[in-house]
Parts: sequence; structure tokens; C-alpha cells
Amino acid sequence: MINRVSVTDGRVTKEIQACAVFGVMDRSGRRFDGKMIIEAMKNMRVRGNGLGGGFAVYGIYPEYKDYYALHVMFQDDDPDLKQEVDEFLYRNFDVVHDEEIPTNEEANVVDPPLFWRYFVMPQKKGEDKKLSDDDYVVKKVMYINTCIDNAYVFSSGKNMGVFKGVGFPEEIADFFMLESEYKGYIWTAHSRFPTNTPGWWGGAHPFCILDWTVVHNGEISSYGTNRRYLEMYGYYCTLYTDTEVIAYAVDLLMRKQGLPIEVVAKIFAPPMWDQIDRMDEKKRKFYTTLRMVYAPLLINGPFTVIIAHHGEMIGLTDRIRLRPITAGEKGDMLFVSSEEAAIRAVCPDLDRVWTPHGGEPVIGRLNDVKRVEKVVE
Amino acid sequence: MKMKSHLLPEFMIERDEERCDNCKVCVKQCPFGVHYYDEETGKVYSKEELCVGCQRCVVYCPRNALKVIPYPGHYRPNDYWHEEYIRDIKKQAETGGIILTSCGSARRAKVYWDHILLNASQVTNPSIDPLREPMELRTFLGRKPDRLEIELDENGDVEIKTELSPNLMIETPILFAGMSYGAISYNAFKSLAMAAKRFGTLFNTGEGGMPKDMREEFKDCAIVQCASGRFGVDPEYFNYSAAIEIKIGQGAKPGIGGHLPGEKVTATISSTRMIPEGTDAISPAPHHDIYSIEDLSMLIYALKEVTNYEKPVCVKIAAVHNVAAIASGMVRAGADIIAIDGFRGGTGATPKIMREHVGIPVELALAAVDQRLREEGIRNKCSIIVGGGIRCAADVVKAIALGADAVYIGTAALIALGCTMCQRCHTGKCAWGICTQDPELSKRLNPKVGAERAYNLLRAWSLEIKDVLGGMGINAIESLRGNRDHLRGIGLEEWELKVLGIKGAGE
Amino acid sequence: MGMVVRLRDPFMDWVRRIDEIINAVNFEGNTAKIDATGLTHKELNDLIRLCVEKGADKIILKNVCGQRYIGTRLYFPGKRVEIEIYGTPGNDLGMFMNGHRIVVHGNAQDGVGNTMNEGEIVVEGRAGDVVAMSMRGGRIFIRDDVGYRTAIHMKEYREKVPVLVIGGSSQDFLGEYMAGGVVLLLGLNSKKHRANYIGTGMHGGVIYIRGKVEPYQFGKEVGIVEMEEEDYRRVEGLVEDYLKFFRGKGVDEKLEVDEVMGEKFTKLVPVSKRPYGRIYTY
Repeated sequence: MINRVSVTDGRVTKEIQACAVFGVMDRSGRRFDGKMIIEAMKNMRVRGNGLGGGFAVYGIYPEYKDYYALHVMFQDDDPDLKQEVDEFLYRNFDVVHDEEIPTNEEANVVDPPLFWRYFVMPQKKGEDKKLSDDDYVVKKVMYINTCIDNAYVFSSGKNMGVFKGVGFPEEIADFFMLESEYKGYIWTAHSRFPTNTPGWWGGAHPFCILDWTVVHNGEISSYGTNRRYLEMYGYYCTLYTDTEVIAYAVDLLMRKQGLPIEVVAKIFAPPMWDQIDRMDEKKRKFYTTLRMVYAPLLINGPFTVIIAHHGEMIGLTDRIRLRPITAGEKGDMLFVSSEEAAIRAVCPDLDRVWTPHGGEPVIGRLNDVKRVEKVVE
Repeated sequence: MKMKSHLLPEFMIERDEERCDNCKVCVKQCPFGVHYYDEETGKVYSKEELCVGCQRCVVYCPRNALKVIPYPGHYRPNDYWHEEYIRDIKKQAETGGIILTSCGSARRAKVYWDHILLNASQVTNPSIDPLREPMELRTFLGRKPDRLEIELDENGDVEIKTELSPNLMIETPILFAGMSYGAISYNAFKSLAMAAKRFGTLFNTGEGGMPKDMREEFKDCAIVQCASGRFGVDPEYFNYSAAIEIKIGQGAKPGIGGHLPGEKVTATISSTRMIPEGTDAISPAPHHDIYSIEDLSMLIYALKEVTNYEKPVCVKIAAVHNVAAIASGMVRAGADIIAIDGFRGGTGATPKIMREHVGIPVELALAAVDQRLREEGIRNKCSIIVGGGIRCAADVVKAIALGADAVYIGTAALIALGCTMCQRCHTGKCAWGICTQDPELSKRLNPKVGAERAYNLLRAWSLEIKDVLGGMGINAIESLRGNRDHLRGIGLEEWELKVLGIKGAGE
Repeated sequence: MGMVVRLRDPFMDWVRRIDEIINAVNFEGNTAKIDATGLTHKELNDLIRLCVEKGADKIILKNVCGQRYIGTRLYFPGKRVEIEIYGTPGNDLGMFMNGHRIVVHGNAQDGVGNTMNEGEIVVEGRAGDVVAMSMRGGRIFIRDDVGYRTAIHMKEYREKVPVLVIGGSSQDFLGEYMAGGVVLLLGLNSKKHRANYIGTGMHGGVIYIRGKVEPYQFGKEVGIVEMEEEDYRRVEGLVEDYLKFFRGKGVDEKLEVDEVMGEKFTKLVPVSKRPYGRIYTY
């Protein structure tokens, strides 16, 4: 069904899409159910077209919190396919538990694939022993996604999970029973308006690598440049969507290279040269160097993204803010949304509501996590 | 700094001294100041470096004394450093500006229409004689439902329960493409409106608004445009129309905006566009309320709201690389009609670099879009109009067989009015009174005569389409639509046949 | 690739018939109250239009949450109704609006007064991006801040001069390609305006900015000129209206016109009516 493209093929096509995004975090770490975010997404139904919806939730598997939770979709009824993936996982991991992801048969969705989850611990052998656990997991996930046709790992972090598919977000939530089954302290969601390849459950957002997830509204005009740069670092875009590059870029810059989000935001959405030219020498040098080194990771074109990982939720737009974003706060609750009304629909009485300037991130962190020193004003 | 121009003339004027009686008609006819009368010698001379080759003086010379021919002198021939590049570099070295041109792409590139041949019936089914038997070209443009629900009452009467979306009815699958009042003269604009009304088809206002005095008379045959500049846009404009077209892009300059220079914004244009006289009318590159597909949806429904859901909404784009995916998104965003303008599409002004290098041929774009919408099961949700260099009735037939519902003609319509494709629309000095706001030049085109010429073109092409249909054994245009079995390719590569979805000749 | 998913139209598929939603309307004299809870964009606008057709001249909307195009489907030349909104109206509030008045008791989103023709919109809060885009007539008052590209391509023609007053500050590209109209940015709650590229491509109209703003924040197509007597009069009149609308509704009861006028004003006008005349060669 899904034609894999060779990773060296320069002609990878991407989907064009646009959307609604929403994220909510309880900065005290309290876990809450999916009701709120489902209602918020319903409020923005006209921003999608029923061809994709999805959610990322943090803190859902406390009983397996030390294990990587792999969510796998099988696009094909072939029993050999699942067996092939099972064998691969059992060979490379210590699988402590696996089960079908519970779904609602009655839900209004078309042709769902089979969903399975595995809670795993790396079992490194030979050369792989040099890799960190995280890098090992990335490598194995990349293998399944590029080399095993019709099987696709779409969630691979610890104590978190992505749930997504073809339908309006509320239908996908209903299918995975998110309202009742799960509790988390960060929820992000996406409603999709793709203009390409309907019927591809893997193409829905969020995109995930380890516990990093990205939901995205917009179209990245620099996709070809970004993708080919990331390929040099071993990230292969297999999902026909531009959002994937942001997930990989975040993993590369934040996890592997250890840059804080404040700096990463300025790589994705740097100031204009005329602004840099006016800065004092130190800042000018910093931004000039940043733009020189990371030029291939400038994300050009319209975007609003919500990036999350454990302990942190970030909202960011492109540098000339071609896509909307609104942030809201009520006590420990932080909201980021495409539209204010969606926040008001679930929390009418906000302490504060604002719209950051283009390229300036909205950052939510757990209260007990020490704040990263601000590198960038 | 003033400097001597190094440019060679583009045309040479041969004046037959025996025939010329120095009557000065050519002097009066040329808006570019080529011909001049010398009082001392009592003779007419020409500054041929100013000549654009529009042939106005030739046609109007009472004694057939003039010939305008391409300038025979040239640089040392070079297949790489072609004259055109040398000329453009010299021009830019003298001015430092973007090279502006007009009309559609003139570059040598494969014309797919010319590589497609049509079918005819022989033996196995009869051809039809279009002169004596009914031959139907009536076309409906707009969204169609997946199915019709009906109810039979006790008397056996059928009641339709499904409510249809608004559709447009046209008597031939040819519409006049969007050309604004501003880009073209009032008389040219009105000529097309009158011809469309008389023939039972539609004209398109372009993005310059609709003159107040034309609203009542032409409201049922006008597609009114809502473009990025929002000129002359108010609720009355939308409500005095047959349909609304959101113009995202055009084939002659995909991805950029444009502007009508202040000197063309005369009093009447200013009142139609609702901007002050003499001000540049700037069309931004994007609609600033559309940065994404869901924003397109937002504008489509805003237009449906302002017209109380009574008019179909068309969205026009330039044919670009991902055209099929974009078209699918447009339909899903609520467009009732999608218009695709190929890279041969014309314009009143465009940077040459955009005209010659951006976009793809409409034949390939159309084939890809039609196929894609069928694969997604949504082809019936919209109608497709294609434009951008439709030159003759055969192009129309081929477009419809590839999957179009109808075609837009712009350049062809202007040629009918008098245009000779001199590509100097952007100078505002059109000798034929078409692309100009000069009141004296505009008078050269009488709307009644213009309407007659445009009407004749519609009639002639419609007759030709019927002829071809008859030959295929088809008597209703809907049986040709998307009927690629009636097309064969010659001189095409495998991938081209595949994109076009047609077989090679003999296959 | 994959299965075919039928086309679903999120604008239309959930729309109910008028008789199924009519209970949301409550008529008292010429005033109609509509409870917008759970109504889609089209349903709410169906009801508003129905109320106007039935003679309502004032419509009060309660529990609005994201519904778009309020005021758009009211093209009734010569008729003027007042709409009061409680809640958060959706995008394109008053788009193409033709002569009505809308008051929002709360914040508004993107596209307030988009291509608006006539009328007045008063927002007792903030608004999002592209406020007053291509606006060609009427007035808009926003109590607090606005987002990107405010007043982009606003136009005027003869006596039709659109007016936008913003009590707070704006983000980048204020007045981009502005071709006419009046924009007044008061900056009541900000020390310094942060917007860049103000008036870039501007070729008509005027922008007044109260408070601190640096020359580099302006686009190269604008010129700074001295405030004249006439300008002060015009600004003062608008400040009076602003205070009349918002005093006690988020703006200090005691704030006086003189105090607002006491600050420095910068006046921006286009350098040329033809900003891009010289970049082409024929």
C-alpha cells in the first residue's frame, strides 16, 4: 500500500497540509484525562477536513515508565508482517509486555490498521553496544520504518504515547478511547487538512521520535534543504510529510547536540539580517554564527509547531508569523492553540492570554524542573 | 546617468517610396512614435529602433506602402549566447531593472496539444452529421452531489429531495478569462462582456472590479474576481455576479503579485477599483488572509456567506509542480470550480523571468489534476476550467477529452479584438486600443465591433467543436469529457504518455 | 495509495435546519437574543440573518466561541443593525460587512473587519492578525493589542476613509502596502512599540503612533512628518471616542484625553504613491 522510497532517492515527495494545533500542560505535573483537548479540537473542526487527527500524551504508562513504549501500526492484514516485526523486536529488545492497543470498534473511522504496543528495553549487541539507549532505539525504529514495508513505529518514547489516524480528531480520540483510557500531564493534538494521500494513517500528526513529538500547521518551503541535511545525520524521512523534518531536527539539536529550545527556536526562525546588523557585537556574532552553521535548518515558510517532550511543551511560529498561535494560562495550566476560542471553549476564565512575536517560543516547563538559563533574549 | 544605448532595433520598416504619398496616417496610428513627418522635406520617416512590430501602421496604411519585418542584422550567431540573452543583459546594464514583458511565455518548449491527435469513427460506429442533427455543448459548472435522492408521491410524480449547489450554465465550454478593467481598456472589457452575454457564456472581471454602469446589465454573465489586491471589492460587487473566482495565481506569473502603475489609474479606473487616482494598484503576492489551505477554506466560506450561499465559488491557480495535490486540497476546502492556468497564460505585465521559467504546461497539469480527483473519488465535487494558451478549437476539444469541463480563453479573445501579440501591453500604449487606458487609443476599439468579433470567434470554435464531436460519434459534450480514449500521442516519451493518461498513436 | 475517504465538509456537514436550531433565538421587541452554544458558523449566521429579515435591529449573541463571519451575511443595503457579542467570536469577524455595528465584550481573533465596507466594530479586548485587512470604510476600535499585518492594504476612495484605532500595540508589518485610511496606535500599556517593518510598501493613508518608536522600525517606503494642527484635532477626536467606548471597560475610568494627548506622536505618510515605479525595465 505505502510505497517506500529509497532513502537515497532525491525525489521524495512531501504532502502539503495545513491544520489546527492545540497543546495543554499542567505544570504541576498533575495528570488529567483527554476530555479537555478533545473539546478544544472540536471547536476548531473547520481547520481540518477529516483526513487526519492525532494526539500525544505524556505520563500515560507509569507502570512501565522505564521502558520505551513502541506503538506500531500494521498497514496490512498479513500475519507474516506482524510476525516479522515481533521477531525483529524480540531479537533487539527485551520486550517486557506487548498487547493490542485498545480501540473502539464502534468509532466512525475508515479502515483502521492493526495497532500494537510493545514495552521494551534495549538489548545491544556487538557494534551497537557503543550506542546510547536512545540512539539504539532511534536506529531500530528507523530500520522498521524504512525496511519493513507496511509496518510503522509511530511512537517510541518512555511513559508517553502518540495516537493518530484518518478522521477528525474527536473520531480518532473515540477510536483510541482517549477520554477514558489515559491520563497525562501534557496533551498535544492536531487536526489535519492534507491536500495529498488520503487514507494514510501514518501521515497524521503528531510525529514522534523517542519522547519528542511535533504537531505542525503550515507547509515548509525549505523541506528539501532540511531533509537532505538531516539525512547526513542518519535521519530518513519516510512519511511523506514536512513535519517529520522538524521532529528529527529537534532530536538532533536538542537531544544529541544539547542545545536549549531558546537557541533551537532561533535556528528554526532566526532574526532577519537587517535586525542582526543592528545588534551589539556579541549578539551580532552569536546570530551570525548561528545562521552560518545551521543555515540548512532554517525552517522557511509558514509554520506553527507545538513540540513536546517529558517536562516541556513549546509553541513556536515562523519568523514572520505566517501561521497563528495563541497562548493562555490559568494557574498551572498552560495552553497553546491555533485559535483563542478553542482555549476559551475549555477554560473560559483565563488568567492571561497572549500572542508571542514570530519566532519567539512559548515554553511550558514542569514547576520543579530547574529553568534553563536564557541564552537568548 | 544617461548613456548611449547599445541595443539593436528589433524591427525594420520598409517604406515603398513609390506607394507612400506622405499622408501621415502611419504617424497618427503609431503610439510608439516610430513614424514622423519632416516639415522641411515634406516626407515621412521612421525611427525603427522604437518599433514594437504591432503592425498597426501596416494594416492602416491606405496605400499598402509599409512592411514591418524582423531586423535582419544580428550579432555573431551563437547557439548558447542567443541574441535574446545578449539583448536582455544590455538592457539591464543600461537600467538595472527587472525585465518586464507581457502576454504569455514565448519560449521554445514542447507544446503538448501539438503532440496529441483526435479520433474519428470509422465503420464500427457512425459519425454524426453536426449540421443536421442535434449537437449539444451546454455545460454546467459547479459542485454535483454523489447521488440524487428522490421521492415518489402517490400520483407517481417525482420529487427531487437533494438540494443542488449553485451551478453555472453555459452554452459552449468556452469562457473569457479574467482580464481586469485596468489591464485592458473599458472598450475591450465591455466587448467581451457583450459577446459573452449574447452567446450564453461568461466573462471574467479580473481583479479590477466591475464598473458600476455595467453591473445591472451584465450581472448574470460575470464571474467576479476576488484577488489579493481586493480592488473594487464590496458586497454589491459580489452579489451582482454569476460566480466568484478567488484568484490565487496566474500562469504568466505564478507566485508573484503585480501592480497597475499609477499612471494607468485614471478617474474611471479609480472609481471601479475604489482607490485614489494616480496611485499604484498593488496586488500582493499572496492573499494575506490565505497562508495555508485551511485559510483558503476560510475565504471560500466567507464569500459564500456574503452571497448567502447563492453563487458557486471558483478558485484559480497557476499550474505548478504539485498542482494535483493542491487541486485536491482546493476541492476539499470547498471550491465548486477550480481553474488552472498553464504557463502559456497571458498577462498585461509580468517579469520575464517569471513568464519564461515558472510553472508547467497546462496539458500535463490538467491530466494530473483530473486523474487525481478521480482517484480520490471527488471529481464530481468540482468543475475544472483550464486556460493558458488555448489557441484553437482543437485545443479546446483536447482539453475537454483530457478532463476539463470548460476552457478559459484570454489571449485568443484579445487577438479576436485586434491584438497582434507584440507583447507591449505593459507599456500601456496598445495601438489596437486593447491594453491601454489612453482615451484616444481606447477609442480605436468600438465595443460593438469588438463584441461582434469575439462573438464570431465563439461561434466559429463552437461549430468546429461540433464537427469534431460528430466525427467521433458523440453528440453531447459530456461524453467527450475525460474521454481520453479519443486521444493518442505522437512524439511523446513514456512518462509523458503516462502523465497525460493516453496511449501512443497506433496503440 | 490507501483507501478513498469520502469528502467531508467541516463547514457544511454538521449544519442543521433552521427549525432544529430556532430555539436558540429569543425575540423581545426588535431585539433578538441568540444563545450560540454549540452552533456551527453557518447555523449562527443563518439565525442572525433570519432575525434581521424578521425585523430585528439589535441582536445579542451569548456564548459565542469561535464562530466565524459574524456580520458578513447581512448585505442589506441601507439597513443597519447592532450586534453585541459575549464570548470569543471566530476569525473574519465583520468580513465584507456593510454598515452594521458590532461590539465584542471580550477578545477577537484573526481577520477582524477583513475587507469591511462600512460600519463599526468595537472590541473590548485584543485582536489577532490581519485586523482591518483591505478595509475600505467604517471604523474599528480595538481596546488592547493586535497581531501581525494589521491594516494591511487598507484603502480609501474619496469620502470613504477607513479608520482603525488600537489602544495597545501592534506586532510586525503594521500598515503593509497601506493604500489609504487612518491608523492610530496608542500604545497605552507599552513602554515602547516592538513592531518592525511598519508601513512597508505603504503608498497611501496615514499612521499615527503614540509613544516611543525608532526609525529602523519603519519600512523604507514611509516618511516621518511633523504633526500638524489638523492631525492633533483628528487624533484627539479618535481618542475621545476610544475613551468613550472603553473607559471603565478595561481602561481606567479616570484616564483623560489630555493625558493621552500629552505623549509624543509620530506621523507616518508614504514617500510616494508609486513605491515600485523604478524597479522595472521594458
